[in-house]
Amino acid sequence: MSSNGAAVVLRGVTKSYGSGSSRVQALRGVDLDVRLGELLMLVGPSGCGKTTLISVVAAILDHDEGEITVFDRSLGSMSQLQKTRFRRDNIGFVFQAYNLIPTLTVAENVAIPLLILGSRRSAALSRARDMLDAVGLGDKLSAFPPALSGGQQQRVAIARALVNDPRLIVCDEPTSALDADTGRLVMDVLRRSALSESRALMIVTHDNRIFSFADRIARMDDGRITLVEPQVATS
Amino acid sequence: MYLVALKMLVGDRGKYLGLIMGLTFAALLITQQSSIFTGLMTRTFSFINDLSQPDIWVMDPKVQFIDDVKPLQDTELLRVRGVTGVEWAVPLYKGLLKARLQDGNFQIVNVLGLDDATLIGGPPVMVQGSLADLRTQDSIIVDEVGASTRLARRSVEPGGGATPLGVGDALEINDRRAVVVGICRVSRTFQSQPVIYTTYNRATTFAPRERKLLSFILVKGAEGMDPRELAGRIARGTGLAAYTADAFKRLTFDFYMRNTGIPINFGIAVTLGFLIGTAIAGQTFYNFTLEHLRYFGTLKAMGTTNGVLLRMIVLQALVVGVQGYGLGIGGAALFGYLMRGTQLAFRLVPEILILAGAAIVVIVTLSALISVRKVMKLEPAIVFKM
Repeated sequence: MSSNGAAVVLRGVTKSYGSGSSRVQALRGVDLDVRLGELLMLVGPSGCGKTTLISVVAAILDHDEGEITVFDRSLGSMSQLQKTRFRRDNIGFVFQAYNLIPTLTVAENVAIPLLILGSRRSAALSRARDMLDAVGLGDKLSAFPPALSGGQQQRVAIARALVNDPRLIVCDEPTSALDADTGRLVMDVLRRSALSESRALMIVTHDNRIFSFADRIARMDDGRITLVEPQVATS
Repeated sequence: MYLVALKMLVGDRGKYLGLIMGLTFAALLITQQSSIFTGLMTRTFSFINDLSQPDIWVMDPKVQFIDDVKPLQDTELLRVRGVTGVEWAVPLYKGLLKARLQDGNFQIVNVLGLDDATLIGGPPVMVQGSLADLRTQDSIIVDEVGASTRLARRSVEPGGGATPLGVGDALEINDRRAVVVGICRVSRTFQSQPVIYTTYNRATTFAPRERKLLSFILVKGAEGMDPRELAGRIARGTGLAAYTADAFKRLTFDFYMRNTGIPINFGIAVTLGFLIGTAIAGQTFYNFTLEHLRYFGTLKAMGTTNGVLLRMIVLQALVVGVQGYGLGIGGAALFGYLMRGTQLAFRLVPEILILAGAAIVVIVTLSALISVRKVMKLEPAIVFKM
């Protein structure tokens, strides 16, 4: 656990795409702390750099300048292989389009992070069953993702993100493809299942219907954090 | 993770079957065309195979292949018999002659004249009659395929079947009577003419008058004599060409390879099979990878190393490669089995299976390489944009 209670610390982080006249500055010196045990939402208009920001925090995209520390480890000093292992051990992902492999059963999809870690298949599937029970899908173990509703698929994705007990969960628009009720249900599951004293959640969203689930909301515009405000959680 | 790779592969039925079909087609075409090529080329020296008794074939030095007969004087036989290490040497007549059939039709036949005393060089299998029957007057032995096809008596009725030439039937070869005393089975020859066996002296009476009529001298070495050494000794002692049976086969094979369009025709067919197989399999495998890029990206984001992803893709390629190869060579073998007994030259040897296997390995390796490159260069951050 971080010595100062921060899971993620960003100082002066910049990131640009392209070069010359086509260069686009996606992040312009971002400073941000994400605390352990909190759910932080990143909100802002399209193209403001939200997805770039969670990508560099999750070590799937290299930043240009500045310092990113995740659980006291500096991402800037890591090799690509070290970053891959760091993600495997510490980061859980929830995607807007779920990204469940359609030819694997729900249980097999959830077991993937454990298989990547080298767990035995039977042990991984057993743990996946427990996680699916926790998100209310214990009766869908053998189903294939295309047979599930959008809300159910996103709950499977949440189970997959949590199954190896990562310390940071990053979510990209987890409710944008869902109706309001299902979106609230998914956020409820996410908050209830994922949030703990030793874990932090970062959620990128446009969906103001779920703002109430956040502990804090960081507003972004044009590659900068413009405001970080507290939000009273509803659950 | 390898089971995940296999389920990703098998779960996409359309692409999976497309991949297997592409590789099956390639393996089938490569195996089938190579087998026909091998069968055809084997026929070029089938006469040599059928005459298993002699160690050495002696002939004019200008001879380039088995059917390229350049006759010798009969006295050459005596000179060869005089070479130290020769146990026996017998004459062989081989020539294309015109036969007049009972119905008045003419047919070119391949006449083999065997040594009158020993009948060495006779057919490998007798179906009717015996080789010794050649000692009777005007006698000939005809191969069964020739007897039932080109030498058969055609029906006078339109659409009626032909009556095979049988024992007791007569032909005229160069205006001389020839009576069938036996039916034999020989290997198919490249030129496909009916084969007729008779004695050397009778063959020379069938042949048009020429000063030289001795086509080949068949030689057996004394016990313990190395055939290659003896062949060299005969060549040096007589000025004739002397080849071991294997060397004469190679000479014939090389001639056809150099001087006919067979290698290039079959080479093109095999190359086409390889290229089409590569195109179908490569394209399908690449499409498969592209469609699964989101999932490869997801696996990469979740911490799967490039090494593991590489092995997953190689495993997928290997699985479809093995299945396509098995189905392809199975199909080619079935084709050969179904075509047995026809005129098709088909010879499936282990070397062809190795060749087809190597071709499939190259195809799946190329296919996998294109896909691997795409996945290796994939930025995991792409998963947030898909």
